[in-house]
Amino acid sequence: MRRGSLMVALFTLAGAMIFPFVLVALNAVKSPADYSTNGPFSLPSELYFKGLVDFWFRVDFGEKIWNSFLISASVAVLAVVLSVLNAYALGIGRIKGRLWVLVLFLVGNTLPQEALVFPLFYLAREVGLYDTHLAMIIIFTVVQAAFGTYLLSAVLGQFPRELIEAASMDGAGRFTVLMRVVVPISRPTLAVLLIFFFIWTWNEFFLPLIFLVSNDLQTVPVSLAVLQGEKFMDATTSSASALLGIVPAVVFFLLFQRTLTRGITVGAIK
Amino acid sequence: MLFAVVIVGPFLMNIAASFTKWSGVGTPRWAGLDNYARLLEDERFWASFQNNVALILAMAVVPTVLGLVLAAVLFDLRGRSSVVLRALYYLPQVLPVAVAGVVWRWMLHPEHGLKVDWLGNPDTALATVMAVMVWFQLGYPLVIFMAGLGRIDPALGEAASIDGAGWWRRFWNITLPQLRPEIFVVLATCTIAALKVFGPIFVLTRGGPSDATLVPSYFSYLNFFTKLDVGYGSAIATVLALVIVVVTALFLRAQERP
Repeated sequence: MRRGSLMVALFTLAGAMIFPFVLVALNAVKSPADYSTNGPFSLPSELYFKGLVDFWFRVDFGEKIWNSFLISASVAVLAVVLSVLNAYALGIGRIKGRLWVLVLFLVGNTLPQEALVFPLFYLAREVGLYDTHLAMIIIFTVVQAAFGTYLLSAVLGQFPRELIEAASMDGAGRFTVLMRVVVPISRPTLAVLLIFFFIWTWNEFFLPLIFLVSNDLQTVPVSLAVLQGEKFMDATTSSASALLGIVPAVVFFLLFQRTLTRGITVGAIK
Repeated sequence: MLFAVVIVGPFLMNIAASFTKWSGVGTPRWAGLDNYARLLEDERFWASFQNNVALILAMAVVPTVLGLVLAAVLFDLRGRSSVVLRALYYLPQVLPVAVAGVVWRWMLHPEHGLKVDWLGNPDTALATVMAVMVWFQLGYPLVIFMAGLGRIDPALGEAASIDGAGWWRRFWNITLPQLRPEIFVVLATCTIAALKVFGPIFVLTRGGPSDATLVPSYFSYLNFFTKLDVGYGSAIATVLALVIVVVTALFLRAQERP
């Protein structure tokens, strides 16, 4: 009996957690007429996809997804490469003052973007990178790599030195050691970092909001956020827009679920 | 090198700008500590930090407490339903926080969704944003704590059970102390996230109505890009950065102590 009521409570809470998702999905596939007669809580009388399709074409949502994808994928790859090179130099090359360099990297990652945004905005305008994807890619690559360097140098610090020494003895240069020995062995950690960088960059909002003012350059979160309150955003169109924001995020989660649950404790350091 | 250009340089420039009066174009005029003196007397600034404390409660404290209890309950439950429930509680966490804001803005629109105007009412706006943030954050501590529970030796709980300790006593005397490292990490990361919160405020309320949900990050954004008072915005951002660095340092020190 006690277990029974506990389960009821747990599933009620779960229902409350997913209630917004359900309500948004219900109304995204409801016709405006159906909505105005039956309200938000009724099941759609028939599946109506015109709201979703109209919204998609009206804001060219495919383009927004592509923008988000382009920025996030570039950042993920570049930031992993940069993190590996930095961490290799710091962790195995043992440069002087490495602890301070690491602390600096960690502080760099915890600083609020608000304290960087205006100078970045100003500099980007000076060099003609304002309102470009390139500016976003450069900035987020550095921000993510700061975290990646910090994390990887801890991992590489424990790397078996015998392996490296053996490879050097065979005449391998530092770069060959990195590519042939260190990278293949650290592959699982690098995969986790790659996926995290991709998703973190996809989810970014503050800097893209400021840097991507042209409509055709905007990312998914920015475009959805600035569209709220537009005249054409009636109840069903708004819920369609929310659903389109939810879907890619849930797809990534399902695709990467295993890596994410393994890596979430790694990400906790962030 | 790049790190210097993208993070260190701008950060120092931001501090420098906080000592000037500058509209963002033209030459900044030296203003000494004027901006900081103004901050101390600015009621909006203090109100924004107060709201930030409320959001720390909603984004760090409440999810940690709820997450601990839920994690312990779900962990004891085991089996399929525990996996399903964990996934359902975690679902909001997969959204970009701005999209979560879009979802809730629709839910809480006076004419759409639930047709309520809690966000438009200065008396309820902050509490509503807090509730939304609890919803958004809950999954994160839950997943971390459940992973942490897997590390604890089950013999500890069993022994206590045999000695007649009830569920709450075991939770209090075994689970909590054992999860100490995870609790620190979660509280630290969520507190820092709460101090930086911007996306949900931008989407849900834009700091309104009548500053009821204004936070420092949004307040600095307003000064940078709406009021073109860059010096003042920089001063707010510098103070925020300082607070975050101090909070991080405090957490790191507290964690080191046994």
